[in-house]
Amino acid sequence: MDILSLTALQLGKAIKEREASAADAVRAVLDRVKEVEPEVNSYVTLDEEGAFQQAEEVQRLIEAGEFTGPLAGVPVAVKDNICIEGQLTTCGSRILSNFKPVYTAEAVLNLKKAGAVVIGKTNMDEFAMGSTTETSYYGSTKNPHNLNHVPGGSSGGSCAAVAARECYYALGSDTGGSIRQPSSFCGVVGLKPTYGTVSRYGLVAYGSSLDQIGPVAKDVPDCAAILEIISSHDTKDSTSVKRKNYHFTEALTEDVKGLKIGIPRDYMGKGLDKEVEEAVRKAAKVLEENGAIVEEFDLSLVQYAIPAYYVIASAEASSNLERFDGVKYGYRTADYRDLHNMYKKTRSEGFGAEVKRRIMLGSFVLSSGYYDAYYLKALRTKALIKQAFDRAFEKYDVILGPTAPSTAPELGKSLTDPMKMYLGDIYTVAVNLAGLPAMSVPVGKDSRGLPIGIQLIGNSFQEKTLLRAAYMYECATEKWHETSANIGKEAQENGKTI
Amino acid sequence: MKNKITDEVIDYVGILAKLELSPAEKEAAKSDMEKMLDYIDTLNELDTEGITPMSHVFPVNNVFREDIVTNGNNREAILSNAPLRKDDSFEVPKTIG
Repeated sequence: MDILSLTALQLGKAIKEREASAADAVRAVLDRVKEVEPEVNSYVTLDEEGAFQQAEEVQRLIEAGEFTGPLAGVPVAVKDNICIEGQLTTCGSRILSNFKPVYTAEAVLNLKKAGAVVIGKTNMDEFAMGSTTETSYYGSTKNPHNLNHVPGGSSGGSCAAVAARECYYALGSDTGGSIRQPSSFCGVVGLKPTYGTVSRYGLVAYGSSLDQIGPVAKDVPDCAAILEIISSHDTKDSTSVKRKNYHFTEALTEDVKGLKIGIPRDYMGKGLDKEVEEAVRKAAKVLEENGAIVEEFDLSLVQYAIPAYYVIASAEASSNLERFDGVKYGYRTADYRDLHNMYKKTRSEGFGAEVKRRIMLGSFVLSSGYYDAYYLKALRTKALIKQAFDRAFEKYDVILGPTAPSTAPELGKSLTDPMKMYLGDIYTVAVNLAGLPAMSVPVGKDSRGLPIGIQLIGNSFQEKTLLRAAYMYECATEKWHETSANIGKEAQENGKTI
Repeated sequence: MKNKITDEVIDYVGILAKLELSPAEKEAAKSDMEKMLDYIDTLNELDTEGITPMSHVFPVNNVFREDIVTNGNNREAILSNAPLRKDDSFEVPKTIG
């Protein structure tokens, strides 16, 4: 048995049936990390010793019959903006280069209660601001499918780690597409839940009204199982929603008969790469052939989502990131004259260019004289975007389109023109503004071998509808598109170049 | 460029954002912000008259609880993250002259 090629659920089953142990899985994953990490750089920190300790403890509890869940004993990686007590949590930033939280995020506690073994923290764009994982203070992560390309971002480390089989699944966070876009670029399944579904307690805040933690997985059943574990109502997050039903795996049925799918014409036009468009249309066809009703429609307002998003996200970021001042934790500048000088120098040396850019924009749009014209205007636009989605969901169960306008760009080509990079978020940001659930599912590769993903968007609390459509697609295509990256030893053995 | 960010505005934003910018960074910040604001101005094409600004997509209410301490004493763990401490306090530069 090639233990690394198993999905998280398959491994969980193998551990339960004593065909493998939690320690076997940790060993296999850590060996793999050592093999490919010099090329990929998915992780900021690895917790080798802790992983074996957790594996031993979890194994004991599985054997004692206390851990009976489907993912008990399975190794997971966690994005480095999600707090774990006593473990370095850097957010990809210099300013948190030595920060060890004193508490653990609720989503991670939920994983631990289900017997997960956390093996490390994954790389990300600094404070989740970026679309390439190149703004990390700890070096960029490479796309495992082609090392000359970016993995996407900001959860690039989590998605690259899953694609390169450096873990069985991972947690990411999504403020404007940060789970879905890198999932699309790395050929893995990623889901952003309805706002309020997964507790934000312990997630370092970027845009609080938009942030959600979600799963990054090898396939759709894994994705559903992880979501089921991490979702919960949490009184420590005042925006946490108490949902009626958390049994997301119930949606895994091969049945989309009568499911109404709408493809926004405004998502398929100008600016969309031809190969991506073709793959998206082909995927829609698969669902149609299996009984779904597929139509095109006009969603409207698509071009206003990005400007509204950058105003709102930057405004919230400028406020949220005020806490990094060199007093309570993190980096402090070496030389300073007085308190204000210390704040300013600490922040100027501690933050990277993209973070500073957004803090300044956010400070500006919230300043007196500009608040109405920019911030309130963006919040009004958000209301209109929500209405446009409401109208669409009166007619359709699922909105289907591309996750991103192109496949992964080459390394070093994006940061020189931030405006252009922002435009790459065109299909994802509106979902966060409207609080909706959405997922990215691999549907093919372009002529350079880079993965292409479709985005499925659902109405609030309709994750199950998305999972059902994604599962049907996956079964119909026999998971042909969800192959992990050809990298490391096996790539050399196959004699293929990457 | 329709929007023009003056030196005064960028200095003011620097104060609000608590960031110290080098002359080169300042020039870059001005041009970045002008470009972004020109782009954001496309929102003015939309008629938002009478639309209520939406902060949250779901109704959000205050969450109340009884005033009972549930977390333990984390003082030592919290202080161990401080860049500079003095006994049981965070140490900062002198603030009152």
